[in-house]
Amino acid sequence: MKKSLVDYVVRRIIQFVILVFISTSIIFILPRLSTDTGPVEQAIGRVMSQGQYIDPQAVEQLRENLEITYGLKGNIFQQYFTFWGNFLRGDLGPSFAYFPTPVTELIFNSLPWTIGLLGITTILSWILGNWLGGIVGTNRNNKWSRTVEVIINGFRPIPHYILALVLLILFSHIFPVFPSGGAYSPGITPNFSWSFFLEVIKHAFLPALSLFILGIGGWFQGMRTLVSHIIQEDYVTYAKLTSIKKNEIFRGYILRNAMLPQVTGLALQIGMLFSGTLIVEIVFNYPGMGLLAYEAILRSDYNLIMGVTIFSILAVALGTLFIDLIYPLLDPRISYGE
Amino acid sequence: MNFKDLFKKDLRFKIGLIIIVVIVVFSSFSFFSPIDPFSTYYAPVNRAPSLNYIFGTNSKGQDLFWMTSFAFRNSIIFGLITASISRIIALLVGTVSGYKGGKTDSILMIINDSFITLPVLLVMILVAMVFRRLPFFLLAVILAFFGWPWDARLFRSQILSLKERKLTYTARFSGMKTLEIIFKIYFPHLTPIFFSTFINNMIWSLGLEVTLSVLGLTSLQIPSIGTTIYWANQHQALILGIWWWLAIPIIGAILLFTSLYLVTISLNEYIDPRVRAQGGIS
Repeated sequence: MKKSLVDYVVRRIIQFVILVFISTSIIFILPRLSTDTGPVEQAIGRVMSQGQYIDPQAVEQLRENLEITYGLKGNIFQQYFTFWGNFLRGDLGPSFAYFPTPVTELIFNSLPWTIGLLGITTILSWILGNWLGGIVGTNRNNKWSRTVEVIINGFRPIPHYILALVLLILFSHIFPVFPSGGAYSPGITPNFSWSFFLEVIKHAFLPALSLFILGIGGWFQGMRTLVSHIIQEDYVTYAKLTSIKKNEIFRGYILRNAMLPQVTGLALQIGMLFSGTLIVEIVFNYPGMGLLAYEAILRSDYNLIMGVTIFSILAVALGTLFIDLIYPLLDPRISYGE
Repeated sequence: MNFKDLFKKDLRFKIGLIIIVVIVVFSSFSFFSPIDPFSTYYAPVNRAPSLNYIFGTNSKGQDLFWMTSFAFRNSIIFGLITASISRIIALLVGTVSGYKGGKTDSILMIINDSFITLPVLLVMILVAMVFRRLPFFLLAVILAFFGWPWDARLFRSQILSLKERKLTYTARFSGMKTLEIIFKIYFPHLTPIFFSTFINNMIWSLGLEVTLSVLGLTSLQIPSIGTTIYWANQHQALILGIWWWLAIPIIGAILLFTSLYLVTISLNEYIDPRVRAQGGIS
């Protein structure tokens, strides 16, 4: 491979490692900034408030065990060291709400649902958004273009929670077309059959629809602006003059050049797309990481929240890395160096 | 920037501005409210909107008209706080990074990128859980520390392009000091970005406020758009048929967000000088 390409890949991977390191350290420090009641005190407070008499020695023992569980034993440097030791071994501690299930197991159970929802909606909305944006950008004096634009842009500012709630109310409550939650009806065990697949699609439709509607706006608007600048470029005018077919101009000249900033945009948006997926999952009780985080909040499950946050950071950073690594395939200028 | 022109020519700006003004006027009614927002059970419970109670009442016996006014006032102030503070941080970081370049730039941009890829919702959930029941407006300040990276890059790229232009060389060779150059020459170019990203940031922080409140992570006693929805959900408003308790904050929020968004995109198009010369994106 060309040296500049190897350079680029190596640089990106180093950036990835530094990024994960810094973000995880921030997540590590944040809870420890709270000087008053930490999670250990909160947990003990909950136990004590139940009214029974508990032997003081037992409380001390409880406190020590909780400190080990929450990774709060020792001074801050020892904690940091233990944390990374455990983390690199794949141990994020036991979940307090679903004791003693380890946090990693809970996360791995929910992760596929989130990735599936997020992945499919992102790909669909990105492709369709860009394609529609490109078409509207090139044929702007059409009445249809203006209508499509108004409709798509109309949904953009609405926060995820509100749109998801409105869709839930409309299509599950008022017109009971779709099921109101979960990934599949209770009582069915997941298997790889066709009927289960259909169940999943039926349940995932509304969440996916909310994410799709909200996602498509951004790509659409970005693409449209990009295209409206590109069609004024000289090479497009030249292509038109040499009577290359309109479709070919659209695909080869306009779309290909507008694609690059959109790919970068995708890499930058992954964090926000992830947050959006979480919110939608909570509204629809979809068993992904979002619901896991919500349950953790309700039950003050400290370890689980930390685990979910760290995992999300990892997932987002990995997604960004992946996109940055396929970037040279799309932009030949990178592999030829600067 | 000629606002009167923009108002007359751009329909979106007109509609957006009018709706925002209506909402702001509505939320300022709360300053003249005859009731204390923290009191409960002073009105008959769960009454539908009528002449006596224009927005109806909720399960806690509160008059929704005044509560909604307080709610919008608090949410808007929340958004304003976050947007202002994060603008200042973004401006500082972007300017220093863009002007100094070199190592300072690299370090600042690495920190910047780490913040961009953080899934902010989760981090805020973690913060809110750990620091149990933060004061409402302190949350706004904390949020500001996560809302600057995107726009810091915008400021930085603007500074980078300004640095290479003749006006910088002229100023430097005429002996202007660095700080003078930044304040007197660059800032007028940065003001449009400042304002359009201000509103964008407001939209973002308002959305986050609604989400965090609905999850029950903010000061739930303080009326805001999000906490109203939270309490409506807690009291099973949907199932009990108290639709107005949910509908009013939701519709109001949609109006608020849409109007802010309309103002942003029309301002953005107006600011881009190429677009303005063409007479709008055409």
